[in-house]
Order: sequence, then structure tokens, then C-alpha cells
Amino acid sequence: MSDTVTKKLMLFFPKCECEKPIIYHLVKDYDLIVNVYRAKVTPEEEGYLVLDVTGTEDHINNGMDFLQTFNVTINTTGKGVTRDEQRCTHCGQCVSHCPTGALSIGDGATREVVYNEADCIECLACIRVCPFGACASAF
Amino acid sequence: MKTYQQINEKIASGKAVVLTADEIIDYVDKKGLETAAEEVDVVTTATFGPMCSSGCFLNFGHSAPKIRMTEAWVEDVLVYTGIAAVDVYLGATQLRHGDPANMYPPGEFRYGGGHVIEDLVAGKTLQLFALSYGTDDYPRREIRTYFTIKDLNQAIMVNPRNCYQNYNVAINDSDRTIYTYMGALEPRRENASYCSAGQLSPLLNDPHYDTIGVGTRVWLAGAHGHVYAEGTQHAGACERTADGVPMEGAGTLALTADMKQMRPEFVRGVSFRGYGVSLAVGVGVPIPILNPGVLKRTCVRDRDIMAPVTDYSSDYPQKTGRVIAHVSYEQLRSGEIEIEGRKVTVGSLSSYYKALEIANLLADEVRRGDFLLAEPSAPLPKDRAMKPLEIREKAS
Repeated sequence: MSDTVTKKLMLFFPKCECEKPIIYHLVKDYDLIVNVYRAKVTPEEEGYLVLDVTGTEDHINNGMDFLQTFNVTINTTGKGVTRDEQRCTHCGQCVSHCPTGALSIGDGATREVVYNEADCIECLACIRVCPFGACASAF
Repeated sequence: MKTYQQINEKIASGKAVVLTADEIIDYVDKKGLETAAEEVDVVTTATFGPMCSSGCFLNFGHSAPKIRMTEAWVEDVLVYTGIAAVDVYLGATQLRHGDPANMYPPGEFRYGGGHVIEDLVAGKTLQLFALSYGTDDYPRREIRTYFTIKDLNQAIMVNPRNCYQNYNVAINDSDRTIYTYMGALEPRRENASYCSAGQLSPLLNDPHYDTIGVGTRVWLAGAHGHVYAEGTQHAGACERTADGVPMEGAGTLALTADMKQMRPEFVRGVSFRGYGVSLAVGVGVPIPILNPGVLKRTCVRDRDIMAPVTDYSSDYPQKTGRVIAHVSYEQLRSGEIEIEGRKVTVGSLSSYYKALEIANLLADEVRRGDFLLAEPSAPLPKDRAMKPLEIREKAS
């Protein structure tokens, strides 16, 4: 495949769209490689899905257009795990529990904890270990 | 040689030379100890971390008719009422009424005394509920009302133990995850956790308590307070390096200050999964550079400070006293330590970022002439060791 890109998406499914095989169509019809990080899609309830899609720009755009035909909200920037800058004290407790280094000590002098959302695989370890309740999940 | 009075005169005239314990290291390297001791008046130290031995005394004033509270809750958190009629003591580790604690372990402990203290300083409206048996002079039997810190006559923080001189590095030798006040520790030494500001920490910059004593004025979460006593478990007699730096907990400070003057970003409730609730507070302590010896000890570096690595699955709870190894704060801050040939990733509970912020805020206040130093009225004990609790079969 030439010029493939990867995009991280968070999809919000309203109650009525939960039972449609949307991911199947993304793979089968739009030739996208799908890597699901985390999903909570329960029949009769609203659902969330955080995933990477890999493919050519065109295929991704077509896939996104397909998603738009449903009542699915696509969030390409906001992620399922967020850090509240006001609550974070930069203690660094999360750093040793974060498996991908998405949370790390950025500046050696000030020892500020930086959160690189792109590296987050949504394991939720930070939410369990943060004493200050700085990390939260959208679902 | 300088005196407290001379230093305070320079501070008052806005001419004091003030550096943080972080900055002083390079400064002395460049200028030499003697010259730097002449030039520098104050070195600021700081720490920000959980300190379970924290709480506050609140005075509510009197309702009409009056009540002598015998049981009371603030935001459903039990407060101690075994003191005067409308005085209460709110402790940082008190759980909220109905919290299931560790009934289904590990408990989450989302809200407790530390969080109430945070909300109080943040100016939030809180609920007071109190009961009484009623007396002739205090007939009211029950009260429920809402208040903010502004409505209180006094809100005085007390930390019977703060600023631990040094502290353990916690690891887990067992084969299951354990939940401690040092955070979650993964099995088979998967991670380690430490809690000290290292070279910025107040008592590591004054290891023999030459300048910090009872009466020392301190910066407590933005308010000007003071050291009111040695802290609980203060044990100056301990294992030390050749330079006199403690290699274990050692000294502590008891601090107090007016909560109405505090800044909420430095008073934060904390939740330790599987353990409980607590309070993290920010402290800044100025060290007067009275002579080159005092200055030399403020130049302590992370690489010179050793912390004991302790197993929290067995050795700590069973009080065996075993120390697995000593590691330096320089190694800890690298994010990885080596214990018995194996690399272990490290996390911290104490925020160096916040401690640095506090050291700079205090340095600015001293430079502006807004923070004068207080000479201690009594020294901290140097030769006391920590006593255990003996379990006796009967009174002797």
C-alpha cells in the first residue's frame, strides 16, 4: 500500500446505531486496517469506540464519509482519556504505570509531566493510579 | 558570619540575595563557598506531597439557640468534637460516611477529609451537620447549615508531621499487586515509588537542624505559618552518610498556618486506591545563610542523598527493618533504578515541579521584603530515635 496514514478516532454511537456492523464495512468496503483500543457499545444504549484506522488518505476520507451517513459523531482530536491540567500536580506517579510513555517527564529541569495523547492506548492505568484524580475517561 | 537581624534588615530594605536550593548548587560551584556565603542571604527550600498527618481546627461561631456539638460531619466526613462547643478538628485521612473502604478491594476512596480541606480552601460551600445531647446552656440538639471558609471565625491548618527529611522507596516483592500509601505497586518489583523533593527538600538542606527549629517561619500553601514543634516520629538519630545526610526518614516538622490565607492549588485532597484518602500540601522553608557551613549544607545534590528501598508486601507491614538497597535521588529521577541487577521503573508521589514553583514563589516574597525570617525559639532534638509500640499481655 502506498502512502498510508493512520488516524485515531473516537466514535460516539447514539442509541439507534449500535446494532449496525459499521466496523465490518470500514474493513470490507473501504479497505481500512482497524485497530480498536477500547469500545463500549451496548445494545439499547449509547456507545463509544476508540480506534486507529490505517489506509490511504482517500480510503480514510471515504470511510469517514460512510460513517457520516449514520448518526455517528466522529471526534478526530479529543480522545477517550483526558488529563485535567488544573488537577495534575506533575508528581509523576502515573509515569511508571503508563505502558507506552504517553505520560512522561518532559523537561528534566522542571520535571513537568507531559501527556502525548497520540501515544495513549487507553489502558486506563493512569486513571487508577493518579492520587489527584487528574486523568479521566470519556466513557 | 551573619545574624538573623542583619539578614532581616536586608530583606526589609529589598536588597536580600535569595536563591533556591536548586540554583544555589551551581552558584557556589562558580563563586566558591566563602564568597557565596558573603553574598547570599537566604536559600529557599520546598516540598509538595501527600502528608497524612494533616488536619485543621475550625471554629463555627454560635447559632441561636446555641449547640455544644458532640458529633459532627462536614460534607458527611466525621470531624472530632471532643473539644470546645463549636470547635472541631477535621483530619485529612477521615473517610466519608458510608464509604465502603476496602470492603470490595481495592477501594476507590474518592472523597474524604483531605478533599474537604481542599474544598474549604477553594472557597466552596460545605454542609455542616451536628448533633448534641443538649444542656441548659447549649439547648440545641441538632443543626444543619451551609458555610464557606469566610463564615468561619478560624480555620487553622495543623500538620503534626510534615516535611519528612527523607523517605523510603517502595517496591513489591510479592506476586500480586499491592495498594499502599506509596501508590499501587506491581508484583515482582515491576515498579518503584518514592516521595521526596530530594535536593530541594527543607530538612535535607539543613540535615543537623542548625537553622530550622521551633518558631521558624514557613510558607504553608501560600500562607505564612511556622514550625510549632518537632513533627511526630521526628527521629534525628538515624543512619547518615559521611556528609551527615540522613539515609532514612529521620526528622519531621509540625507546621501550622491560617487557611484563610492559603492558595487552593497547594492544598489538594488525594485518593490512594486500596489505601485511603489524604492531603497533599506545599511547604516552603527559607534557610538563612548565617555562615559558610550552613551554605555548604544547602548545596546538597540529588546524587548525595540516599533513600532506602523497602519491600511493602512483607518487610514494611511486618516491620522486619530489612532494607534491600540504597539508591540516590539522582538515580530515582532518571526514571529507572537497578535493584540486585534488575531494572525497575520509578514513579514519584512528591511533585518536584510544584516544589520548584514554591521555592521560587517564596524566593520572590523574600526578595520583595514580604517574608521576614524568624529565629527559632528552640532547636529540634538531634539525638532521639524512633520507639516501637510494644504489645504487652497486661499492665505492669
